[in-house]
Amino acid sequence: MSAASPVIERGTAASRIAGFGVAIIILLLALAPQFLSAGAVDRMTALFIYVILAAMWNALAGFGGLVSVGQQVFFGLGAYFAIRLANAGLNPFVSLFVSAVIVGAVSWPISLFMLRLRNGEFAIGMWVIAALTHLLVNLDRLIQGETGTSLISLNVYDASTRRLTIYWLALASMTALLAVLFGLLRGSTGAAIRAIRDNEDAAASIGVRVTGTKRLLFVLAAFGIGVAGALWLATAITFQPKTYFSVQWTAYMIFMVLVGGIGTFEGAILGALLFFLIETWFGGTGVWYLIGLGATALVFSLLLPRGLWGTLEERFGWRLLSVGYRVRLPVNASDTTGGTASPAQVTTSREKA
Amino acid sequence: MNAMPNGAILSAAGIHKRFGALVVLDDIDFAMGAEEAVGIVGPNGAGKTTLLSVLSGAYPPSAGTIAFKGDDVTALPATQRCRLGLVRTHQVPKPFGGMTAFENVFVAASHGAGLGRDEAYEESLGSLKLCGMLGVANRRAETLGLLDRKRLELARALAAKPTLLLLDEIGGGLTDGEAAELVETIRELRRRKIGIVWIEHIVHILLQVAERLICMDAGKIIADGDPRAVMADPQVISAYLGGGPK
Repeated sequence: MSAASPVIERGTAASRIAGFGVAIIILLLALAPQFLSAGAVDRMTALFIYVILAAMWNALAGFGGLVSVGQQVFFGLGAYFAIRLANAGLNPFVSLFVSAVIVGAVSWPISLFMLRLRNGEFAIGMWVIAALTHLLVNLDRLIQGETGTSLISLNVYDASTRRLTIYWLALASMTALLAVLFGLLRGSTGAAIRAIRDNEDAAASIGVRVTGTKRLLFVLAAFGIGVAGALWLATAITFQPKTYFSVQWTAYMIFMVLVGGIGTFEGAILGALLFFLIETWFGGTGVWYLIGLGATALVFSLLLPRGLWGTLEERFGWRLLSVGYRVRLPVNASDTTGGTASPAQVTTSREKA
Repeated sequence: MNAMPNGAILSAAGIHKRFGALVVLDDIDFAMGAEEAVGIVGPNGAGKTTLLSVLSGAYPPSAGTIAFKGDDVTALPATQRCRLGLVRTHQVPKPFGGMTAFENVFVAASHGAGLGRDEAYEESLGSLKLCGMLGVANRRAETLGLLDRKRLELARALAAKPTLLLLDEIGGGLTDGEAAELVETIRELRRRKIGIVWIEHIVHILLQVAERLICMDAGKIIADGDPRAVMADPQVISAYLGGGPK
């Protein structure tokens, strides 16, 4: 009917620039240890781990609607399996990643029954799983209950080699996990994931494989958080179950995602950065730091429920690492809708004027 | 499966649906040909939407079998039935609120119809256009009004490339002009050889499209056949006017 047909846009000029920007930032980060103090390298490693945690929780809850308060189970298991593997004689650095693979494998049977639960039941159920797993890990004689143990085999490397290797591993893991996540969420599976979040029954009614799609996301998030837990172990060396299986990890993930902007890819990264800065500046102030975190979360959920990035995106139309689709209509195309319908036509395609 | 009428694309035999003690569908037998357009009317609570839900696989029947394109699909979930070409819309629209209208439809084209990226784009745009939704393609579905949500519901079902479309009250609350557009859209679907089952309270809209009418009351089919004959059936009139059991 019309000669020019609408075009689907996946990115904007800004998002193409952002793509370059991300590549340059990662390159600079890879070179950064040359110029940073040992302490700063350790802090940056922590930042990379926070980004992984935030991105994974955001994928699960923000895109998939699977709000969990028990993700610390995979963080703790990531560390635990690394300890076990290193103890069995595997190179400690290799064991970090083999451990994450095992975490992903373990999450699969967990998903078989957890994904039958919905909403609040799922959220609390995951916490129960985390608490149970914590107790089971305590029973391992190697761990010596809450006394814990250490990744001793890492001590064969001198401190600076260890620090740099962990830094680069964390950077590489973060980059790879973000890339995989972005690819997944941007593809048609990502659209299905968001559809399930918004209405599971409707998604099933138009042919989305609901359970399989959720399972894929759940296992990927478990793997990613397992990587984070193993990396954290590598920086901390010591493993005490109650530190790793603490709900505070999930609380941090929720904080980062809510403040940054739930359901936006950029938001989780921004949230992790904010959390990192708050921790760097105020982390030494003890209990007031935690009160401050709580108050910040409260203010955001009341005043900016879409988080920082969500608000900016809505107000200014910013889309940098967007996973969405935009239809660009050819000029005059909006009135070529045929004889079928022409309500008081909304001619513009913008959400907000 | 028992003997189905020859050429039936969809057939349901001995369908019962109970929710606890409540019997919502009571021994429904129903069959229709490909490309047929069947209207379903009946008072509130007659079981019309439940029948649609059972046919589409949203819930399993308590008893009975359903066959689609000659295969028993009674045990298949809604996802699988959709992929076979049996697609429904919802009486209360269920949009994916956080996604744009285009994205809503794209999910159906890429998963329901199983199309690759470019074909899915084309199918999605075509469905939006047919339903008059291109102008709001980039709007998040949660910002759409009820009329556009209903249109989106139809566009999304169409993008799944149904061979048989189950429509649940997509015409409620329309002005005369909007209703005429809707009728035109449905006629276009018929030209594309899509079979239609359409539940609607607004009978005069339905009669412009349906070549066969079914009236349900209290979980049973009380009349089935030529639309005018069904509307004139004393049982149908009594069901609507509340004349009580005969």
